[in-house]
Amino acid sequence: MWTYVGRRLLQSVFVIIGVTVISFVALHMGGDPTYLFVSERATAEEIAETRAKLGFDKPLPEQYLSFAAGLVKGDLGTSLTYKTPTVDVIAQHFPATLELTIVAILLAILVSVPLGILAALKRGTAIDGGIMTLAMFGQSMPSFWLGIMMILFIGLGLGWLPISGHVPVLDPLLRGEVLTAIRNIPEAARYVAMPALTVAFFSISRNARLVRSSMLEVLGQDFIRTARAKGLAEGDVVVGHALRNAWLPVVTMLGLEFGFMLSGVVVVETIFSWPGLGRLVFNAINQRDIPLVQAAVVVFAVTFVSLNLLVDLIYARLDPRIRLS
Amino acid sequence: MTDASTGMTTAATAEAAEPSARRRTARRAWRSLLRARWPVLAMLILAIVGLAAAFGPSFAPRDPNRQAIMARLKPPMAVDRQGKVDYVLGTDALGRDVLSRLIYGARISVVVGLAAVVIGGILGTVLGLVAGYFGGWIDDLIMRIADIQLAFPFVLLAIMFLIVLGPGVWNLIIILGIGQWVTYARIARGQTIAQREKEYVDAVKALGARTSTILFQTILPNILAPLTVIASFNVASVILSEAALSFLGLGVPPTVPTWGGMLAESRDQLLAGRWWLAIFPGVAIMATVLSFNILGDWLRDFLDPRLQTTG
Repeated sequence: MWTYVGRRLLQSVFVIIGVTVISFVALHMGGDPTYLFVSERATAEEIAETRAKLGFDKPLPEQYLSFAAGLVKGDLGTSLTYKTPTVDVIAQHFPATLELTIVAILLAILVSVPLGILAALKRGTAIDGGIMTLAMFGQSMPSFWLGIMMILFIGLGLGWLPISGHVPVLDPLLRGEVLTAIRNIPEAARYVAMPALTVAFFSISRNARLVRSSMLEVLGQDFIRTARAKGLAEGDVVVGHALRNAWLPVVTMLGLEFGFMLSGVVVVETIFSWPGLGRLVFNAINQRDIPLVQAAVVVFAVTFVSLNLLVDLIYARLDPRIRLS
Repeated sequence: MTDASTGMTTAATAEAAEPSARRRTARRAWRSLLRARWPVLAMLILAIVGLAAAFGPSFAPRDPNRQAIMARLKPPMAVDRQGKVDYVLGTDALGRDVLSRLIYGARISVVVGLAAVVIGGILGTVLGLVAGYFGGWIDDLIMRIADIQLAFPFVLLAIMFLIVLGPGVWNLIIILGIGQWVTYARIARGQTIAQREKEYVDAVKALGARTSTILFQTILPNILAPLTVIASFNVASVILSEAALSFLGLGVPPTVPTWGGMLAESRDQLLAGRWWLAIFPGVAIMATVLSFNILGDWLRDFLDPRLQTTG
């Protein structure tokens, strides 16, 4: 187990180094990045001064090393629009995004697994066809369009749910105000419902298909026939025997899922005015606040890689074949 | 992403042998296509989108960028004073014709989708062939790079590159193309490893063929089938990514109409209830993406009956 943990840890470190190299290259690809940091009317002296201040006059490898050294110390530069360290800006917006993503992942699991099982058990019937058709549509819809449609019909048309805004739960929780957090939950749920469903919809569709095919494969195997033959209740066969084995591909998917969702939140947060990292990135893009975009990308990457590592380690605990291979 | 489909090479190997067998396969494909119904509808939709992309300018009713101040925000099928319908799908906040913009938008989606997949497909297939055929450190190097890229949500990197490089069709195509190579490389590598020990490869090698001939003329035709399936799903997901980037204002310059860009503009009109601005571009994206997904599904089932998903 420990060699496996060590190997995965090392791999994760490489991925993060890779991401920092690529984001460094991206920053320098458009020519001298100094121009991204000064106003359009800056004089030659001002430009030279900024260049020296930001260290862009030094050779590239040296620049990368100081960039990487800053990263290790948690220094990701200063935001051009907020005039404060990007790390602080990101820390303020992170809880809201985390809330949205957690709800979306829970939603994705709780909806897709039962749907997938149902479709597998009712294979070839209208129920199966209906679920799979819906899943096909879900995989073909841009998430931001789904969000816009929900705003149009559920939010504005029917007036059931608020179309923008956010009631924090995680933020008071982190500040130690547990009661406020709990009191906020019902209202927060109304606000998070549409954005979370928008983020989760693609995953629900894909996972429903995945659970279905994975279940079908397991249900056709001998040990299921044995379980049925020895007279186990159908529910026990499905949940206790089949689902336990059909679970594994779904668990692997979940780690990757988080990454897709993180990319998804950038647009979804923009649509629902959700005060998280995604909207922050969107605004930073529009204001050409490059240091902030870059810092956010790195933070996204580190979160994603750590979560993947976590999922893989859990997976390795569940399935001995992985850590032994 | 779609999961890797393996083990469909035996059928492909046999079919690649004779032209008459190939014609038989084509006839079988056509019959299975008609029987499945949905793929026919998908092909029909794609034909329409393809026509719009290729000949849009000649049958779009208007210049997609011409602003008509007097005809702003007209709902679809609005009748003017003479009792004529001027704008079938309405106009936007600047009085531009929604239908014409939709037709012109098809071009960006189709061109970017196909070009990115071609670039990613070629890059990935070549790297996968090389990695699988030679093995050793080349294999290690290529696959580690692939792991790094796979371990990272690519839309985020695309955002960063595009904000620095600026908008443009070529930038978009290159970034999205680079985003796709890993899928092809992994499958091409796996398939190449399976093929390289086969006797027909040994035979060609014994005849003294050059390595490039072995790779591209002997092995490649026999591993193309699973790659085509991937490509079909891939066009769908690239079109979705393009729409998302255009929605964020990172795609092509704002003067070029795109479906994603139209949706971004529609947001300002939602509260006022201008539904047509939000619905039509979304339907266009979904119909196109859905069609590629349906075709991919059908192609996979056709090439490998063991993976059949329906009934």
